[in-house]
Amino acid sequence: MTQEVKTYKVPTMADMAASGEEPEILFWVGCAGSFDDRYKRVTIAFVRILNHVGIKFAVLGPEEACTGDPARRAGNEFLFQMQAMSNIQVLNGYKVKKIVTACPHCFNTLKNEYPELGGAYEVIHHTQFLQGLINDGRVRVKDGQPFKGKKITFHDSCYLGRANKIYEAPRDVLAALDADLVEMKRVRANGLCCGAGGGQYFKEPEPGNKDVNVERVEEALSTGADTIAVACPFCMTMMSDGVKNKNREDSVRIYDIAELIAQKQGL
Amino acid sequence: MEIFQQILFVAALAVAAWLITKRIRLISRAIRLGRPENRFDQPDERLKTMLLVAFGQKKMFNNPLVGFMHFVIYAGFVIINLEILEIILDGILGTHRLFAPYITSVYPILIDVFELLAFGVLSVCIIFLGRRFIARVSRLQASRHHELQGWPVSDATIILVAEILLMIAFLTWNASDSVLRDRGIGHYGALQGVVPDFLISQFLKPLFTGFSDTGLVVYERVAWWAHILGILAFALYVTYSKHLHIALGFPNVYFSDLQPKGEMQNMPEITKEVQLALGLPITTEADGSQVNDNGLQSGADSPAEIGRFGAKDVQDLKWINLMNAYSCTECGRCTAACPANITGKKLSPRKIMMDTRDRLEEVQRGWKMHGSEYKDDKSLLNDYITAEELNACTTCQACVNACPININPLDIILQLRRYRVMEESQAPASWNAMFSNIENNMAPWKFSPGDRFNWADQVNDLK
Ligand code: SF4
Ligand code: SF4
Repeated sequence: MTQEVKTYKVPTMADMAASGEEPEILFWVGCAGSFDDRYKRVTIAFVRILNHVGIKFAVLGPEEACTGDPARRAGNEFLFQMQAMSNIQVLNGYKVKKIVTACPHCFNTLKNEYPELGGAYEVIHHTQFLQGLINDGRVRVKDGQPFKGKKITFHDSCYLGRANKIYEAPRDVLAALDADLVEMKRVRANGLCCGAGGGQYFKEPEPGNKDVNVERVEEALSTGADTIAVACPFCMTMMSDGVKNKNREDSVRIYDIAELIAQKQGL
Repeated sequence: MEIFQQILFVAALAVAAWLITKRIRLISRAIRLGRPENRFDQPDERLKTMLLVAFGQKKMFNNPLVGFMHFVIYAGFVIINLEILEIILDGILGTHRLFAPYITSVYPILIDVFELLAFGVLSVCIIFLGRRFIARVSRLQASRHHELQGWPVSDATIILVAEILLMIAFLTWNASDSVLRDRGIGHYGALQGVVPDFLISQFLKPLFTGFSDTGLVVYERVAWWAHILGILAFALYVTYSKHLHIALGFPNVYFSDLQPKGEMQNMPEITKEVQLALGLPITTEADGSQVNDNGLQSGADSPAEIGRFGAKDVQDLKWINLMNAYSCTECGRCTAACPANITGKKLSPRKIMMDTRDRLEEVQRGWKMHGSEYKDDKSLLNDYITAEELNACTTCQACVNACPININPLDIILQLRRYRVMEESQAPASWNAMFSNIENNMAPWKFSPGDRFNWADQVNDLK
């Protein structure tokens, strides 16, 4: 196969504003998507998809800041609102209307919690966005390879699922990959948390018999799947750590939904 | 003799009504101790939720078998109350089966339905006892859940046994009454040919054929009194018990959260502080909630009432949190779904609800003994709910989702966390580090904000 050389672009809002342009969507990268080595790959995969379908997008780049979600859930409302209101000033300054993000925590906060503080936007999660692309035929995935017959299980993230009732979008994307989706015992509204939410990611767990991510990974492994699909940076890390804990990192892979689509497209 | 019974009955009714009213007033006063919160918006949506979740028992049917069994008890409870109307009128007027001669065609059908339900309730209560003590359903075991030790288990047992006894009294009362009717004795015999044998109690008649006429009348009276006094006592008992959910479940669901589960409630009093700190114009609260000057820095307002950030004790919570606490059935569905609890941590959302109610009742007892100004030196936080429990919550909302009557234990956890962090500065050290990273680096990790966009350099060469 000849390797065509693609160049992907990542325009910032500042660039756009300077040239008097307005993007269709703002891609909110989030802290994990910006700094976590593993999740940076997801950010890049998603940006490549955005380039591939030719949608006019932009990121905030250095102007982005933490939404404040972990601070708020840990109890520091003051810090949360400081973050929120500064972010809202930036977003409103650029007259942002539509935001896509790959982080369910950013998604939930931007969508549900910013409006009351003066920031009302249309916010969509990247799995919903990808589902839209597939439905519109802008991403074509129906040729079988390379996922045909592969067993994939999907881990529902609390802040996408229970928090915002998005259960089908990631599953629709997986179904379109032609993979063999095997469900865990606790799914959708009954899904089991990865153990990271509510600020847990940033501290040691309280004493117990087991870590939550280990419990969840055991459940995922018992499906016999060799790929665990996630749709959240924190689930990604927790599942990866769990798989390492079970010494299965050589046989079981964890991918974000966006990475699977990018792989399918050869991006 | 008859008039003596009537006087006794009216007296019993009056005493029960008086005691129950007192309890209702105490409970409603306890709920109103909470902070104000508007839960009267969107009446259509609320009504719909109540019809589905409370009347329709929607969430109970997530487990169809248990859902069905619970539905039998629920239907029994609602419908057998119609029978109680006749019993009460008979008691007051000294009549016997007052309605029978007026609605002869439907009367036997009605009683058959009541008997069928009574039999259903009886069977389900026995199965439920079996689930607790023989099948040992995990979420109901005090050995696994220390919040259940002692009273909560006895409470559950008392309720189930009481319901069984009430149903036995009802069915055997009908059976002895049928035998009296067959023998044509007194006013029982007067209904001969008007009222037939009933669906279930006809099979119990052989138990009474050996009785003398007097013995039968005595049994019939004892069963009748046991049934009605039992119901009155049960109604009073319910107000002290987790069984209060049979009444409070309905308003509790009506007033439940309508916003997305992931949305955490805003603190307008902090919005003002932040607007001051950022030099933004102060917006007045859209919802009209009061702004407290907490003296953090503003000095712009005259010092108003000092409010707490977050909740330390029951009166800092919202009234709906307190109603939630009184409505909780201690079924433990929340706890069975809680990732922290599943993996052996101390946190149990059911315990959060039980603690809140226990603390509320302790405060009430204090008032009763020492007057309504009385304050003890305890609080919900620390004396009941510990930091270890609070810190273990992942805010995953599984508990909120699992509760069959839309109780929100997470809301209480988050308010207590706010108090610990903002008033006591008691966050775990690594959370404090996360806070200062967000404050200084705009990310929860110690990375330079200038590196935030570095990923874009790899967008073309990452394999
Ligand atoms: S929100 Fe907290 S208390 Fe509720 S189930 Fe999740 S971890 Fe447990
Ligand atoms: S909060 Fe709800 S689910 Fe939990 S024990 Fe109480 S009634 Fe059951």
